Amino acid sequence: MTEIALTLTDAHASTARRARRQRLQDAAFRNATLAFALLVLLILGGVMVSLIDGALPALRTFGLGFVGTEVWNPVSEQFGALAPIYGTLVTSVIAMAVGIPVSFGIALFITEMCPAWLKRPLGVAIELLAGIPSIIYGIWGLFVFAPFMQSTVQPFLIATLGQIPGLDNLFMGPPYGIGILTAGLILGIMVLPFITSITRDVFETVPPMVRESAYGLGATTWEVVWNVVLPYTRTGVVGGVMLGLGRALGETMAVTFVIGNAHRISSSILAPGTTISASIANEFTEAVGDVYTSSLVALGLILFMITFTVLSIAKLMLLRLQRKAGV
Amino acid sequence: MTMTHMDANSHAHGSHPMPPDMLAGTVAERPIAGAGLPEKITVRNLDFFYDGYRALKSISLPLYDRQVTAFIGPSGCGKSTLLRILNRMYDLYPKQVATGEVLLDGNNILSPKQDLNLLRARVGMVFQKPTPFPMSIYDNIAFGVKLYEKLSRADMDERVEFSLRRAALWDEVKDKLRQNGMSLSGGQQQRLCIARAIAVKPSVLLLDEPTSALDPISTAKCEELVDELRSDYCIAIVTHNMQQAARISNFTAFMYLGELIEFGNTEEIFTNPTKEKTSEYITGRFG
Repeated sequence: MTEIALTLTDAHASTARRARRQRLQDAAFRNATLAFALLVLLILGGVMVSLIDGALPALRTFGLGFVGTEVWNPVSEQFGALAPIYGTLVTSVIAMAVGIPVSFGIALFITEMCPAWLKRPLGVAIELLAGIPSIIYGIWGLFVFAPFMQSTVQPFLIATLGQIPGLDNLFMGPPYGIGILTAGLILGIMVLPFITSITRDVFETVPPMVRESAYGLGATTWEVVWNVVLPYTRTGVVGGVMLGLGRALGETMAVTFVIGNAHRISSSILAPGTTISASIANEFTEAVGDVYTSSLVALGLILFMITFTVLSIAKLMLLRLQRKAGV
Repeated sequence: MTMTHMDANSHAHGSHPMPPDMLAGTVAERPIAGAGLPEKITVRNLDFFYDGYRALKSISLPLYDRQVTAFIGPSGCGKSTLLRILNRMYDLYPKQVATGEVLLDGNNILSPKQDLNLLRARVGMVFQKPTPFPMSIYDNIAFGVKLYEKLSRADMDERVEFSLRRAALWDEVKDKLRQNGMSLSGGQQQRLCIARAIAVKPSVLLLDEPTSALDPISTAKCEELVDELRSDYCIAIVTHNMQQAARISNFTAFMYLGELIEFGNTEEIFTNPTKEKTSEYITGRFG
């Protein structure tokens, strides 16, 4: 009797021990994952703090006028961020204008119309395109694409669009080959695989039955895509576009090669310019003096804020869309 | 697009699922079920292949106008496949081929000359799960109509109301037509899909297990609806629920492994099947 009782208590004790150990393991695991998660916030905060700290000398010297000034003169130590900001935004707009329609076209072709044998090769090609390092785009842009722009595309644009009143300011000046337009087009090619693969993935999330119901009413492929597939996937599509935009805003290497690195704003998109990231990459090694270095860090801070704003607007837009749709 | 909704000849027979001359012309074991009723769709020697695999084996049967025909049989027997041939939905996918003849009002719809979009506007389909489009309730209905008709605002409002009333959904949604169709309950969504199919004024309705994802009350409502719609459409319904087939259909086709085992009057099939397989299936001995 006592023996049985003893073994029973033993069993209870060992179960209790195991339970305690499992509780400890669980707590350790939970805390470890929590720590990793907090790391994200910490890094984000750290980047922000060090950017602000580094940018302070420049901001103290030039004040808020830093953002609105076009002058960039290392000799007289006068710095303003307007030209790089302008270049960044304009090249990104061009990249999106080119990249979005083409990416959508590719993604829709792959999901809706592509014959089965072509699906895989196309998918792989797009993934490979995403894997090409940006320096390669830069070299290709400088040695192949820019000369082509100079000899063919830009003279054509100047001769046609450049002659139309209202548009002539956008397409005037000598065909340099390198410049804002060339950089924008290269960026367009670079964001293409990103937008394409994300939009393709979200297009594939449309349940076949929903698609078939639309076809079942007698809709054509275009009507199905425009009225059902796109609205069904808008969150994912906007996400893909934003990812592409983020890449276009921050892309450095390829842009530095082909944009011309001129700190000025011209009305013509054929003219050379610069972007924030190109300026930083180009000048950081040769920046002498605190104000110069600090101005470059301040540029980085501005880029950070632009990307942050773009993402926030995207999130807000999606929220509003969802609320309007009443889901 | 014009469509005759009232066909005097067929209407005379409409309310008689079992014509009086049932016993006339006994060639096979039983007279041809529904003889004398107008055939909306005639399937003749239909074979279907998924990438070489023969999923349907020389199917021949009629679908009568203003009658409900139920397709029953174990999973994978080809019921849904047959339904998807009737509006050529299979055409969306490569490597799917149908041979034989499917006559809709006398025209072979398997002919390559058949305009698919027009065909699908005439042959509406409702799926296993509700598939509302990501738009408002109103637009869900108007979507299909806009594809083929240019209606004034008032006419469109009228068509939307007509379809929703016909699908017994109007009273539940008339105050929230601008809400997203996806915000409705499952049963309401399915009736919305039926309303959407009706709105384009089809003459045939294909229902592919329309109540399999619905609760009993919604199912009852949908069945009532089918009963109502019988007077205007040729309806084909695939169902796994034998009671449902017995309740709502006039004719029943029992399929097994890609073959049509038995086709006939629903009452006959359920009370006095001629084939061993059929009686085994309907008594639940396999399936």
